[in-house]
Amino acid sequence: MLAKAIRFVCYSTLLLVASLAISGCKKPPVQSNEILIGEYGSLTGSTAVFGQGTHKGIMLAVDEVNAAGGLLGKPVRVITEDDEGNQDEAVSVVKKLIDLDGVIGVLGEVASTRSLAGGGVCEDEHVPMISPSSTNPDVTKDRKYVFRVCFTDDFQGSVGAQFAVKQGWKKVAVLSSANSDYSKKLSYFFTQTFSQSGQIAAAETYNDGDTDFAPQLTGIRAAAPDAVYLPGYYTEIDLILKQARDLGITCPFFGGDGWDGVTLDKTSEGCYFTNHYSPEDPRPSVQTFIKSYEAKYNGEVPDAFGITGYDAANVMFDAIKRANSTDREAITAAIASTTNFPGAGGSITIDANHNAKKPICILEITGGKTHLADTIQPQ
Amino acid sequence: MAEQTLTPTMLHPGRIPIWVANVAILILIAILWPLSNAFDKYLDPYFLDLLIHIGIAIILAVSLNLINGITGQFSLGHAGFMAVGAYTGGVLLKHYSPQGAQLLVVFPALMILGGVVAGAAGVIVGVPTLRLRGDYLAIATLGFGQIITVILNQIDSVGSFEFGGSAGLHNIPIVTNFFWTYLAVVICVVTIARLVYSQKGRPFFAVREDEIAAAAMGVDTTFYKVAAFVIGAFFAGMAGVLSATVSGNLDPAGFNFVKSIEIVMMVVIGGSGSITGSIFAAAILTLLPEYLRGLESWRLVIYALLLIVMMLLRPEGVLGNRELWRTRRKLLVPGR
Amino acid sequence: MAILLQQLINGLAIGAVYALIALGYTMVYGVLKFINFAHGDVYMVGAVIGYALAVPLVHAGAPVGVTLLIIFLGAMLGCATLGFFIELLCYRPLRKRPRLVALITAIGVSLLLENLFQNPAVFGANPRTMPHLFDIKPVISFHVGSSPDPVTINNLDLITLSLCLVLMTGLTWFVLKTRTGLALRAVSFRFDTASLMGINTDWVISVTFMLGSALAAVAGVVDAMRYHVEPLMGLSQGIKAFVAAVLGGIGSIPGAVLGGLIMGLVETLLKGYLPSAYSGYSDAAAFFVLILILLIRPTGLLGKPIAEKV
Repeated sequence: MLAKAIRFVCYSTLLLVASLAISGCKKPPVQSNEILIGEYGSLTGSTAVFGQGTHKGIMLAVDEVNAAGGLLGKPVRVITEDDEGNQDEAVSVVKKLIDLDGVIGVLGEVASTRSLAGGGVCEDEHVPMISPSSTNPDVTKDRKYVFRVCFTDDFQGSVGAQFAVKQGWKKVAVLSSANSDYSKKLSYFFTQTFSQSGQIAAAETYNDGDTDFAPQLTGIRAAAPDAVYLPGYYTEIDLILKQARDLGITCPFFGGDGWDGVTLDKTSEGCYFTNHYSPEDPRPSVQTFIKSYEAKYNGEVPDAFGITGYDAANVMFDAIKRANSTDREAITAAIASTTNFPGAGGSITIDANHNAKKPICILEITGGKTHLADTIQPQ
Repeated sequence: MAEQTLTPTMLHPGRIPIWVANVAILILIAILWPLSNAFDKYLDPYFLDLLIHIGIAIILAVSLNLINGITGQFSLGHAGFMAVGAYTGGVLLKHYSPQGAQLLVVFPALMILGGVVAGAAGVIVGVPTLRLRGDYLAIATLGFGQIITVILNQIDSVGSFEFGGSAGLHNIPIVTNFFWTYLAVVICVVTIARLVYSQKGRPFFAVREDEIAAAAMGVDTTFYKVAAFVIGAFFAGMAGVLSATVSGNLDPAGFNFVKSIEIVMMVVIGGSGSITGSIFAAAILTLLPEYLRGLESWRLVIYALLLIVMMLLRPEGVLGNRELWRTRRKLLVPGR
Repeated sequence: MAILLQQLINGLAIGAVYALIALGYTMVYGVLKFINFAHGDVYMVGAVIGYALAVPLVHAGAPVGVTLLIIFLGAMLGCATLGFFIELLCYRPLRKRPRLVALITAIGVSLLLENLFQNPAVFGANPRTMPHLFDIKPVISFHVGSSPDPVTINNLDLITLSLCLVLMTGLTWFVLKTRTGLALRAVSFRFDTASLMGINTDWVISVTFMLGSALAAVAGVVDAMRYHVEPLMGLSQGIKAFVAAVLGGIGSIPGAVLGGLIMGLVETLLKGYLPSAYSGYSDAAAFFVLILILLIRPTGLLGKPIAEKV
């Protein structure tokens, strides 16, 4: 009896796999009556703010383009997948988007590591990918199909250093994450520029996912720096700032665009970070975007992920329009030749490295809010 | 149920003469190449990918079964061996980037190399843990697996070889296809099955059943325990090379404790000690996420519940100790 | 010198938390000879309960002392219940089976708890910080040597250390001076004989689980206040506490405390003094220590080779 049951299980598994193989036969590309774009991001996990913010921006762009009649006469649909903040999952969902759903373009990701992972799949399958806010230079290096609509970390790091010099900080400590490529690269570029005119008082590292930073902060406290450069992600920044203030470290902390999402309270008072945008930016393109976003999302003020997601989606749509086809190669070529596209965050021109030269905003946290302290134009 | 004593014919799968079995295997391998080409052309890449992942899972499950199920050494660090092999293969492939016809020679060599390096790791894990029993062994192997992951997270590069560290290794040439995967599957399953169900392999079972009695009977338990680890690690390393080159991306976090547990689940649910059980469990557990796509957020909860229920109701797994060709009689005798 | 002292104090505070969790591992192992893999996740549930209770209380403006009392007691009660039911449903049916089966089941329970709480319907994978209860202020502060910065012990550290002390004293008193404690010692000495002597072993085991889980809950709430709450927080803390229990001698209560404190100190000193290039290896330190102990002295510092445990 048991033997029969076991045989049944085994043979039915074989049958299942075989039927999978048969049903999985290649079908001719279905002429869909929709324009399908894929989106992958960290909708859950420790960097959920990244994925969710970008998603909202993309959805706003989709609404607007569909309200204007869609692309090539068809409505646009964005298929969103959650990579849970995990590289392997990113690879697997991008594969699903391309192979199973048949998208003609991919939007994502925010974290450079996951953009690198997903970008590998897109590159291999010849599908154009636009990252809204991955700043690690390696994301687009030597890749034909991967683009980004934001600045890169070499620029961001040096801007951070120039800002520090302008603030008159002579001794700066650096606290970076040893297992985040973004953090390592950003601190490297910062240190390169800053050490030319100032002194790095201390350099400590932590790991993403750590919760206790007392050992590193005690070392930093002893070095008595004027400020601390902290190029990490908001989850750890929240904890670090809290523990730093508890230990009695009062100097300002500053960092990069990974700070977006940090809790704005007493502990982050007087801190700064470089970012892609600020809601106080007076430019009309930014203000228009903010109004449409608030209208769609019940008065919620957009973050940098929203605006970069919006711009990435619109660059993709514009490229499809200019290519006037759903052929992935044509779209890729069109994206590569994007010139002076009027993005919400500024004019976007894709250069030879598939990057966009965008200005950097320096935000200051005071009174529980972020304020625009300065804007640096790209060279 | 009548107790059965072991006889050689019971151990040999089926009563087919060996030479017939060999020819059958060779024919099977010969079919793989054209089959693989046919699949590349006619099969949807997504399903082909799925089949390849099933193949990799089978190798992992069967190799772990040798250690856990057949030799009774509870190893929770199998993903560590896979990682060693994966990085060996991935790093070298990215560094040297062989093209076209070269790959036909280089890739199998890499698979073997990955296996050998992983096998060396198997020695490093197997030897010091000889004295440990049951749960302590489990924790020690878990520890080794985690240490391997942490080390991989730290290494950005060795000399001019890029490792990627915690950011992961990207842009690895994608080489794995149906042929290589299932060639490895056939080799792995045949080797382990032949080894275990032969006169040479009985000491593995002996070590599992009663180590002290086995030692008293003159079995070199040290040798067989380490051998189980080495052989299991070897095939895990091979599977690692295959998985590195299937997506072109390597992330140390993908080889952590959770991955080890997924492989343990395949062995445990299929039946510890049953090679065919592991094969079917590997296939089902790889396919399950596809069918649970709508319930993505509940998937791991369902897995965990499945594991608990399985352990409460039928801890020996679906097939228990049996093989597909020997379902009626239990293979080994008392107490099971 | 001042820095070293500060690091030592930090280490002790962290170690106290490890000790609380390690006590749960060690007591269960002492009675059942079984490693409760799910213990780290009970700690996490304690933190979640603490968070869930704190939010409405702080919102309603309850006084700090009352809030603290309620969240600690609530978490302890909740986790004790959880521990009781886990044992009843998942481990008790498997008592006669090979121990590895129970181990796998424990892994299953651990995975279940982690993924259940990661589901957005329950808690979600995003970390959440506890609502602000009190300002963390240095309570004791003294200068050592010529360093400009004082060595400080803040109020949270003091609470942690004193809670730990109180609980461990209470546990030791319970184990040594009460009848149930006597029964506990008897069961961990010889299981079958204890039941022959008329001890209700099932009840003793349940009590063990409930006590261990309650202690883990306290650790959970403390860490929730110190850091944040997220479903996977039990993973790393659990493994470190387990190593602490093994280090001190699994089955030995003073061993668990000693092991916890040592682990806390080792981790803090490693993080503080390892050159930056190697700081990532501090993650592996716990496992490294574990394997070292298992190979050199598997019974741990205070453990004895055979039965005499608690």
